[in-house]
Amino acid sequence: MTDLTELERDILARIEAATDEAALESVRLFALGKKGVVSERLKSLGGMSPDERKTMGPQINGLRDAVQGAIAARKVTLEEAALAQRLSAERVDVTLPVRESAEQRGRIHPLSQVFDELVAIFADMGFSIADGPDVETDYYNFTALNFPEGHPAREMHDTFFLREDAQGLRKVLRTHTSPVQIRTMEAVKPPIRMIIPGRTYRHDSDQTHTPMFHQVEGLVIDEGATMANLKWVLEEFCKAFFEIDDVKMRFRPSFFPFTEPSAEVDIQCDRSGGEIRFGQGTDWLEILGCGMVHPNVLRNCGLDPDVYQGFAWGMGIDRIAMLKYGIPDLRDMFEADKRWIEHYGFRPLDLPTLAGGLSS
Amino acid sequence: MKFTLSWLKEHLETSASLDEIVETLTRIGLEVEGVEDKAKALAPYRIAAVLTAEQHPNADRLRVCTVDLGDGAAPTQVVCGAPNARAGMKSVFAPPGTYIPGKDITLGVGVIRGVESAGMLCSEAELELSEDHDGIIDLPQDAPLGAAYAAYAGLDDPVVEINLTPNRPDCTSVRGIARDLAATGLGALRHVPEPPVEGAFPLGTKVVRDLPEHLCPAFALRLVCGVRNGPSPAWMQRRLKAIGLRPINALVDITNYVTFDRGRPLHVFDAAKVKGDLVVRAARAGESIVALDGRTYALDESIVVIADENGPESIGGVMGGEHTGCDETTTDVLIESALWDPLDIARTGRKLGIVTDARYRFERGVDPNDTLPGLDLATKLVMELCGGTPSEHVLSGRIPDTSRIISFPWRETKRLSGLDVPQPEAKVILQELGFHLSGTGDAVKVLPPSWRPDIEGKADLVEEIVRIAGLDRVTARPLPRAGGVAKPVLTPIQKRTRAAKRLLASRGMLEAVTWSFIAKSEALLFGGGDPSLELANPIAADLSDMRPSLLPGLIRAAQRNADRGFPDVALFEVGQCFASDAPEGQTMRAAGVRRGTARAEGVGRHWDGGARVVDVFDVKADALALLGALGLPVGSLQIVAGGPDWLHPGRCGRIQLGPKAVFGHFGEVHPSIAKALDAKGPLVAFEIVLDALPLPKAKATKTKPALALSGFQPLTRDFAFVVDSGVEAAAIVRAAQGAEKALVTDVCVFDVYEGEHVEAGKKSVAIAVTLQPREKTLTDVEIEAISQKIVGEVAKKTGAMLRG
Repeated sequence: MTDLTELERDILARIEAATDEAALESVRLFALGKKGVVSERLKSLGGMSPDERKTMGPQINGLRDAVQGAIAARKVTLEEAALAQRLSAERVDVTLPVRESAEQRGRIHPLSQVFDELVAIFADMGFSIADGPDVETDYYNFTALNFPEGHPAREMHDTFFLREDAQGLRKVLRTHTSPVQIRTMEAVKPPIRMIIPGRTYRHDSDQTHTPMFHQVEGLVIDEGATMANLKWVLEEFCKAFFEIDDVKMRFRPSFFPFTEPSAEVDIQCDRSGGEIRFGQGTDWLEILGCGMVHPNVLRNCGLDPDVYQGFAWGMGIDRIAMLKYGIPDLRDMFEADKRWIEHYGFRPLDLPTLAGGLSS
Repeated sequence: MKFTLSWLKEHLETSASLDEIVETLTRIGLEVEGVEDKAKALAPYRIAAVLTAEQHPNADRLRVCTVDLGDGAAPTQVVCGAPNARAGMKSVFAPPGTYIPGKDITLGVGVIRGVESAGMLCSEAELELSEDHDGIIDLPQDAPLGAAYAAYAGLDDPVVEINLTPNRPDCTSVRGIARDLAATGLGALRHVPEPPVEGAFPLGTKVVRDLPEHLCPAFALRLVCGVRNGPSPAWMQRRLKAIGLRPINALVDITNYVTFDRGRPLHVFDAAKVKGDLVVRAARAGESIVALDGRTYALDESIVVIADENGPESIGGVMGGEHTGCDETTTDVLIESALWDPLDIARTGRKLGIVTDARYRFERGVDPNDTLPGLDLATKLVMELCGGTPSEHVLSGRIPDTSRIISFPWRETKRLSGLDVPQPEAKVILQELGFHLSGTGDAVKVLPPSWRPDIEGKADLVEEIVRIAGLDRVTARPLPRAGGVAKPVLTPIQKRTRAAKRLLASRGMLEAVTWSFIAKSEALLFGGGDPSLELANPIAADLSDMRPSLLPGLIRAAQRNADRGFPDVALFEVGQCFASDAPEGQTMRAAGVRRGTARAEGVGRHWDGGARVVDVFDVKADALALLGALGLPVGSLQIVAGGPDWLHPGRCGRIQLGPKAVFGHFGEVHPSIAKALDAKGPLVAFEIVLDALPLPKAKATKTKPALALSGFQPLTRDFAFVVDSGVEAAAIVRAAQGAEKALVTDVCVFDVYEGEHVEAGKKSVAIAVTLQPREKTLTDVEIEAISQKIVGEVAKKTGAMLRG
């Protein structure tokens, strides 16, 4: 009895003294190995009398269980200590910078962003998007749009001409997106609801004019579209685009050869604080030209102006982008200055949606 | 078009304020560009009397003056440097606090060389009235002391400038503008009696029109004998000066006055200098004329002139000649009032580069019915201002009848504008504007006035009614919307354009928008420069040709950034390029350049790895990522070595689905191309033609094909081959893939080595082949057999040896 108690104390002390897994393993072998002291005792049970075995059996088995338990517990303790030690040794400086990811660095040009905003708004109103060529014939750019040959209205457009061909004909760089109105009406039967965003060119260069710029044209043709509808479309567009609840617009009669009646549209704003706020203030800012499609234009496209009618408008994409996002100089749009694009550009995943809001 | 308020009121009886008039003009389509109100700007300036002018004690050139301001207060002391300052004179005084426009300062009370000065006596230059700064304004003795100077000097007539649209020739006259305003109810158009002038004798000069009728349908002429030509009266000079014209002499000023008052350009010849009859004809080759602007113009058969026996004396409807011009010695004057062809005038004006008030009006369309009344008005003014006896007029040709009838249903206004203008109101508007209406009921016959050549049809009448009634009365009405959820609207190319931009930006690139036109030399380098795409009138020599590629613009842009101190840039552009001047020649492309260390994985130096410079594989990755995002089967794309001339021949590739389906290319920019564009590397680029990409096949359903997963684990075997250096890695990969198509799912090149452990002229290429068992686990024997097959196939296709 005493012998076993002594033995248990000795083994447990050895277990406690083991400071690593190897030492613990040698204690295990000393006690529970094939020839271990506890194993020997267990073997001795076989030679005992039944009575003796009855007494000693539980004692020796109890000794074995205690040793096994102590070894397991010690093992856990040692493992925990080892892990703690490893963890304390394994340190990095998490303040070291990581590389900026590609999605963080990339930028969408404000013109593309505004283009996508236009599409989101007008697609919702049932408008599709039409494209046309930048190099146009005189017919599509002027004649079909009711600019008579030699008329001073042609001079309002500082036109870029290409070299004359063998027949003495010269093409032009389209001075507006309106030629696509004609191409559309020639190709599609009314009802028509289109916007035509695109690149346009005029021989002009200063702080507010660049020889290349972008316009978006709108065209609605059916059997009942009126200026009242035109006003509604433009008001709804301005509210949605500038992301304001209310907008005041002023329609001034004007002249465009391809519309009759024609109007220029100003939008009310406040420019007092160095930035423009729409829907308030006392300033008027011209943002677009519009009107009812001229009967001659409808006729040129084979449509009877007593049956079909509609309206069109055109505005500068660059201009509305500058107004909305406070971009000061048009010329910077085409400079491709890294600092400018990073500042005024948009992140690749900032896709404008009506559900989520156009911006932010 | 400029006019003054008092001038307007000569035609418009109104009690409206200037602000109301200005607001109304803009509202009816005569957009006011600016209002110059000198009376407002010069309000503080008063007429004062100089009582004393003594030598300044401390300055030779200054005088100390005491000035009576006429306000009953004690005289004010002013230090003045003008040489003409003297006791007893009357001049113009500005009190402290006044802004002096000519000096851009605001006056204070000052001490000048020890003497206090409380205001300033002013020169015309200081008030920006003229260039005269030799002395202070010297007014006549009867100038009213203490009165506002602007009113006294007749400067209190505000000048209004209108941005006139080209369809409104009638509003190139003050009377036309008054008529439009009267139609709004703002006032009444004054009746101006225009009795014809009785000629005292027949005109001796004959007028011959020797040219096609339409170029000069009518030419009226009258002689006034015995005139005295001197300066025109002050009221006329003031008005002409106010609108920016320089008074010359009474006869010339009268023509200018009538031009602006009635929109009727006229010309006067000094009859003494005209030799023989006047012939209106085409100029002859070799003829020239010294015009009234003093410049000599070479003429040709396309230009209409008025000639006498000495040759051309006037460019018809554009500008008169110097030789027969009127001056102080003129005693007999021939007054011309003619009609010209608008297109021909515009063409002549453009050709000769002459812009005159006459051209401006004739090219827009002058009222034909005003030809003779205009001549009479000018005659009357000549007789009033210069005396003389008028002849009878001659009229060569005839006043063309431009009258036309428009059948106008009243409902048309509402049909187009959505605004229901009550019929009586619409009727009054048209009548006030000079339209004649006949008939009753739902439709009327409308005769537009002779001064409105822009009115063609019903829509024009709607515009007249709505613009005068007020566009603000048109209320917004919703455009009916289709029911249900909005349908998708983008075309495939539109979707691809927009996806391409987002994809490239997500690879760390910045979107640029560069000019569609580039320098000819650059266009030539990139396969363009075709004469059909060359601008006849470029805005600058380096923006002369439509771009054949986006790359020249991007390469230049990248270099500009480098020059500004940002050498590591990645730029892309998605935009149009031009292969011909036909619509089909225009393609939408996506291109990008990477410069320096601007790689997708990161830019510049970093503690975690060096600053690796960009190479061809960076842009290959961009191009393939782009094509993948646009729905192309990237695995099936062929990468073929080589590319266009602007890329490094050994470091570029083409992306294609076959030799007839080439989508674009990528590579290092050719060093000599970079040099030609003043660009430095490292510089790599890609360009994909979005229009060349096949469209995805339309599918009947959106269901994706069933996912067939194998229940067995895939396994990987590595092989290292030694091949000739020239063998393409793709050939090895293809051979390995083809060796056991049912099982090989992936082949990855994980090492390429050329160097001392490999024979010269050879390289080692190591691949990892993934096998995906489908039906059962593969046994070692089976795996070994497949491996042998792969080695054999690669050896057969590429001559490779398994590396020992």
